[in-house]
Amino acid sequence: MARLANWLRLAALGVATTIMVAAAFPAAAGVDLPKLEKGKGEKCVEDTQFMRKNHMDLLKHQRDETMRKGIRTTKHSLKKCVECHASEKTGSVAATKEDFCAACHSYASVKLDCWDCHATKPGAQQVKKSTSNSSRVTKSASSVSPLMASSISGGNQ
Amino acid sequence: MANEVCLNQESCKPEQFWGLLALGGLVVLGAMYAFFTLEHHGHVLTGMNNQIVWGLPHVFAVFLIVAASGVLNVASIGSVFGKKLYKARAPLSGMLALSMLAGGLAVLVLDLGRPDRLVVAMTYYNFKSIFAWNMIFYNGFFAIVGLYLITLMNRNLKAYSGTVGLIAFLWRIALTTATGSIFGFLVARVGYNSALMAPMFIIMSFAYGLASFLLVQSAMYKWNGLLLDERILSRMKNLLGVFIAASLYFTVVFHLTNLYFAKQWAFERFILLDGGVYTNVFWIGQILIGGVFPLLLLFSPGTRKSIGMILLASLLVIIGGLAQMFVTIVGGQAFPLVMFPGFVESSSFYDGVVHAYSPTIWEFLLGMGGVGIAFFLTVAAVRAFKFLPQDDFHSLESKDA
Amino acid sequence: MNNPSENNVDKMEDRRNFLKVGAMVAGATVAPGVLFYGVAHSRAPEEAASIGVRWGMLIDSAKCGDECDDCVTACNTENGLSGETGPQDTQYIRKLNIKDLRNGRVHSLPMLCQHCENPPCVDVCPTGASMKRADGIVLVDRHICIGCRYCMMACPYKARSFVHEPLTDQNPEVPRGKGCVESCTFCVQRVDRDEEPACVEACNANGHQAMLFGDLMDPESAISQALKTHASTEVRADLGLNTGVRYQGI
Repeated sequence: MARLANWLRLAALGVATTIMVAAAFPAAAGVDLPKLEKGKGEKCVEDTQFMRKNHMDLLKHQRDETMRKGIRTTKHSLKKCVECHASEKTGSVAATKEDFCAACHSYASVKLDCWDCHATKPGAQQVKKSTSNSSRVTKSASSVSPLMASSISGGNQ
Repeated sequence: MANEVCLNQESCKPEQFWGLLALGGLVVLGAMYAFFTLEHHGHVLTGMNNQIVWGLPHVFAVFLIVAASGVLNVASIGSVFGKKLYKARAPLSGMLALSMLAGGLAVLVLDLGRPDRLVVAMTYYNFKSIFAWNMIFYNGFFAIVGLYLITLMNRNLKAYSGTVGLIAFLWRIALTTATGSIFGFLVARVGYNSALMAPMFIIMSFAYGLASFLLVQSAMYKWNGLLLDERILSRMKNLLGVFIAASLYFTVVFHLTNLYFAKQWAFERFILLDGGVYTNVFWIGQILIGGVFPLLLLFSPGTRKSIGMILLASLLVIIGGLAQMFVTIVGGQAFPLVMFPGFVESSSFYDGVVHAYSPTIWEFLLGMGGVGIAFFLTVAAVRAFKFLPQDDFHSLESKDA
Repeated sequence: MNNPSENNVDKMEDRRNFLKVGAMVAGATVAPGVLFYGVAHSRAPEEAASIGVRWGMLIDSAKCGDECDDCVTACNTENGLSGETGPQDTQYIRKLNIKDLRNGRVHSLPMLCQHCENPPCVDVCPTGASMKRADGIVLVDRHICIGCRYCMMACPYKARSFVHEPLTDQNPEVPRGKGCVESCTFCVQRVDRDEEPACVEACNANGHQAMLFGDLMDPESAISQALKTHASTEVRADLGLNTGVRYQGI
C-alpha cells in the first residue's frame, strides 16, 4: 500500500516536470518572444545587446547622478528613452502589454517599479531653454518657456 | 498528531490548541487582507492623511514594541539581578519578547508607503536618523535574545546566560531609549520635543511588559493544564505596582514642566482640558484605567490577594498603555504646528486647526494583526518548548535573596 | 649636539617650507571659490549642482494679495498636482492667512518648503531619501523613499505631503507616485534650466512681485542685495534651521 503511494507520488512528479519542461521548449525556440516596436530615429543611444544586458545598470547609475547631483545628461535620460520608445498606438511605454517596456518585462516576469512615479508618456511640449545667458537674478521678469499647461492632467485618478 | 507537540502539558487538549492557533491565524489573515487592500489602493482608504501621518497601526505597533522590551525585564531581573523566582521564568519572558516585537515590527513594515522597499530600508542607512538606529536595535534584539534563549535552555551553555543576559538587558534599554527618542528628537512639535520621552518610554515599558507577562503567563499555564503557584503572582504584583507608580510620576513631571512654559500652555490645555477625544482618552484611559485603578486593585486590602484582581489590574495597565500611545502619537499630531506664536493661522492645508482623525477598519485590522502574530507565535512556541516552569515555590523562597 | 648656527639654518628651512606649503594650500582653498563665482550664473546639464551656490527665496508678505493664490495655481500646474485641498491631497505651497491676536491685523503669505540649511527632515530620514542637494535644495529621492512619513512628523512647516493614491499621467519633468513623500523642490527641473520656480514667475507676472528667487551666496544677486538692505526674518527662527526662504513684513 505504501509502495503504491510512493509510486503514485513519483508518477505525479514526473508528469509535472514534463509539463513544465515542455512548456519551456517553444519559448526557447523563439516562438513566444515579445515583439518590440521600433523606436523613433535611426538607432538607440547604445546598441541593442548592450541595452538588453545593461539598461538596468544605466538606469540605476543615472538616477543617482540626476537626483543627487543634478547632472541631467540627455544620453541616458529616462525622459529621452520614453520619447523615442513610446508606442505609436498608445503613446506610452507601459500602458499595455505590447508597449516597449511592458512587453519584455511581462515576458520575463520582472515587475516594473519605475512607472509608479515616472511618466510613461512623453511630455506634450518640449520646454525651451532660456536663450539669454545672463543670470536670472538680474532679470525682473522671466521671459522663457510657457508653463506646461494643457496636457497635464496629473493628480489623483 | 498533536501528541507529538504535547511536551510539557499535564493534559493534552489538541482541539483547544488548534482552536487557539486558528483564532490567532484568523486575526493575522484579517491583517493580511487589510495590508493587500491598502497596498493596492494606497493609504487613501485609511483615516491617516497629511496632517495625522501616524495613526492606529502605529499605536498598536509602538505599544507592542515597548511592551516587548519590557517583557524581557522579567528575564533580566533573573539573570542580571539574580532573583530566582524570575530566573525560572526567563525563557518564557525571552520568547514572549521576541513574538511581541515581531508583531509590532510587522505592523510597522506593513504600514509603510512602500513596503516592497524593505530591502532598501535594510541596506541604505542614514545614521543620523534615530529611526535607522531603531532598525538596527530591533534586528539585533532578535539575534541577542535568540542567543539568550539558547544559553538559558541549553544545558551546556547555561554558564553564559548571565553574560548574554546582561548584554540583552543593556541592548533593550538602548532599544527603548531609541524608541522614545523617535518622538523626543522631533523639535518641530510641542507635544514631543523633550528629553523626557526616552526615559518615560523606558519606565512605561517596565509596566506594560510586566503586565503583559503576567497575563500571558497565567493564560499559557491555564491553557496547557499546568498549575501556577499563586504566590508567584503575589510576589510579582508589587513590582508591577511600583512600575505603574513610576509611569504616573513621569507623566506628572512631563505635564507639570510643560505647564510652566507659557509657550506650551495651548498644548497642555488641549491635552488636559478641551481636546475632546484626546482629553478623554488621557484622563480616563491613561490616568484612571492605566494608573489609578490598577494601583487600587494591586494594593487595597480587599483585592490585593486575589489572583483575578491582579490579572484584571494587568489588563487595565495594557488598556491604559494603548491609551497613552494614542494620546502621545495621535494627540501629538492633532495639535496644530505653531509657526507664528501669537497669531491665528488658517490655510487650505489645515494650519491652525486641530487635525481630524477618523480611523478606518483597515487600520484596526492591521494593528490587531500585530497582536495576532504575537499570539500565534506564543501559543505555538509554548506548545513546542519547555517554557512553562513547574516551580517548587518553597525552594525558591528559601534560596531567594 | 647641534650648535646654535646650525639650528638657525634648520629653522629657516622649516619656515621656508612652511610658507611654501601654506601658500599652496591657501591658493588651493581660494581658487575653487573664485571659479565657482564665475560659473554660478548658468550651469550646463552635464554639470553637477554646485556647493558654491545656495538657492533662496525672499517673500514680501506686504505685497502678497490676501485673496491671490497665483503661486499655488502655478505650482499645481507645473508639478502636475491635482490642486484639490482634501486632507490627503498634496500641496507643495499654500497661502497662509495669519491674524495678529493683539491688534487684529490680518495678512497672508505663501508657505512652502523652507529649504533649510539644517533640515530636520533630512536628519530623521532612515534611508537618506530626504536629502539636501549641494546647492541647498531639499529633495526627496523617491527611488529610496520607503514611505515611513517620519519626515512629515519632523518638519516644523508641515511642508511635506504623502501620496495616498496611485497616480498616472505625471509630468515627465516631475516624477511622483503612490507611497512616497514629496514637497516643494523650488521647481528644481526649472532651476536646472536657469529658470525661476513657477510660483515666483507667476507672482511676477501678475504684478505683485512679492517673491524673489536667487543665489544667496552671490553678493551681487538681487536677493542678496534685498536681504542686505531690508530686514527679513525666518519663520520659526528659534529653531536655528537657517532657512533658504526668508520673509519680510511679518
